[in-house]
Amino acid sequence: MLKFVTRRVAQLVPILFGVISVTFLIMYIIPGDPVLSLVGERYDEETIERIREELGLNKPLPIQYVDYLGRVVRFDFGRSFITGRPVMESIKEYFPRTLLLAFSSMLIAVVAGVIIGAISSLNRFKWLGRALMSFSLVGVSIPVFWLGLLLIYLFAIKLSILPPSGYGNGSLRYLVLPAVTLSFASMATVARVSRSSFLDIASEDFIRTARAKGLNEFAVFGKHLFRNALIPVITIVGTDFGSYLGGSVLTESIFGWPGLGRHIVQAVLKRDFPVIQGAVLFMAVLFMLVNLIVDLSYGFIDPRIRVTGKEE
Amino acid sequence: MSELKSFYGRFSRNRMAFSGLIVLTLIVMGGLLADIIAPVDKGRIDLEHSLEVPSLKHPFGTDSFGRDLFSRVIHGSRVSLTVGFAARTISIIIGLVMGIISGFYGGKIDSAIMRLADITFAFPTLLLLIAIMAVVAPGISTLVAVLGVVGWAAIARLVRAQVMTIRKRQYVQAAESSGIGTFSLVFRHILPQCLSPVIVVYTMGLGMTIMAESSLSFLGLGVQPPSPSWGRMISDGIIFMRSAWWLTIFPGIILSLTVCSLNLVGDGLRDAFDPKYVYSKERD
Repeated sequence: MLKFVTRRVAQLVPILFGVISVTFLIMYIIPGDPVLSLVGERYDEETIERIREELGLNKPLPIQYVDYLGRVVRFDFGRSFITGRPVMESIKEYFPRTLLLAFSSMLIAVVAGVIIGAISSLNRFKWLGRALMSFSLVGVSIPVFWLGLLLIYLFAIKLSILPPSGYGNGSLRYLVLPAVTLSFASMATVARVSRSSFLDIASEDFIRTARAKGLNEFAVFGKHLFRNALIPVITIVGTDFGSYLGGSVLTESIFGWPGLGRHIVQAVLKRDFPVIQGAVLFMAVLFMLVNLIVDLSYGFIDPRIRVTGKEE
Repeated sequence: MSELKSFYGRFSRNRMAFSGLIVLTLIVMGGLLADIIAPVDKGRIDLEHSLEVPSLKHPFGTDSFGRDLFSRVIHGSRVSLTVGFAARTISIIIGLVMGIISGFYGGKIDSAIMRLADITFAFPTLLLLIAIMAVVAPGISTLVAVLGVVGWAAIARLVRAQVMTIRKRQYVQAAESSGIGTFSLVFRHILPQCLSPVIVVYTMGLGMTIMAESSLSFLGLGVQPPSPSWGRMISDGIIFMRSAWWLTIFPGIILSLTVCSLNLVGDGLRDAFDPKYVYSKERD
């Protein structure tokens, strides 16, 4: 097991290196002088030169790159062009709210998705099962930002039972609409996957044995089917984590949720490059770690993977 | 020929896929014939008739400038579909080239290309797109280029796996040992076998690409006004949501329909290309 873990982590190192390089290069290709967009053109040559020196922009590219690497490993993502605040500090402030939103959505997606999948697998030849599957097909096709607006229109404007936007110090009333919005696409995928997983497992020998030995349907379903069918769902949650992070950008902007996603969008509008760079790098590394955990958890569940390695 | 016929038979028997194809055809036709169908010139500003509710004259209502929303949505489909098809074509070309090189030569080149794909996959896609679009000059051509380049990795992986299995087949090994050149080995024997899965991912990725384009345009990072785009129309409609719901609702419906029908057609193509797959699915 230890060998498996070290191999997985070692595989991650070059990718991590690549991800850091990509974020460095993206910000290097900014057209025009970032210092000019920072101070405006009204400043004299001397001030501009001084700032350029402070930011290390007068050094050659390889040196800048090494400097960047050195800062990133110390979790120093630089300072905001606009406020001068360290980027890491604002990530610490905003990210927990994004995490709250993402986890709530994940919970909704998994619980509702598995229930929908189970019902439609039990009713697969009836209209109910077909209707639920068409619903999950529509679910992955609805753009998250439009769905959010639709829910605001319905629940906040027409019915006025939930607030249209804001954080409300994290109270549940403010969390419901953004969490449902963000969960929708993933819920549809979970429903599809768990349905086919239920159907696969239902035809396995041990289920037949359970029925043959006289267990009632409830016990067969709860004890044998359910547990085994959940394994593929873990994969989906892991691979979908990236869409939660990406979707949080749109969802948070629509609902005025003060998380890291909305912070990125505001930084984009103000052309605050260090914030964009730091926050995107942070989210990418987080996404990599989640995928690592999902990969490792397979190793725990299924010993075969430990030996052969998961090839795609 | 009979193969094509049975392929068509399998596809058209799939009712969901077939209805997706019909909706998609309507939307593509709308985009192609936008200048003829769109009842009123898309750019005509008519402030006397701003924010009118949907009526027979304006089926989707009018926007804050009095422009006919139906015409704008139809013209928007031209923009979204063009961006989608063009970006997807770029992804396919890069993905095919990289995937074939990777699968054919193996070794160090292969692992270098696959690490590059891993790096692309390590980013949440929308965030990578936002970061790039934030630093380049926005507009349709940069949008196409960025969406196209970012989408290469999944295709390269698929093509690589495909090339590796095909290469082990007897007829390919026979051709190789008979001494035909690398060029004709790839183009006559390997590439044609890769086409059907590539067509499937092309279609399936098209929906995702159009969704990404709309998301970027919604955030103001994609298609720039005055070019009509669904994402932009939806975000422009937000401030009028209390009084003029149609501004956000209709572009969203058409966008969802487009993505949904592309997904349906993609599913249908996959099933039609691979009868074994359908068989195992129907057995369930």
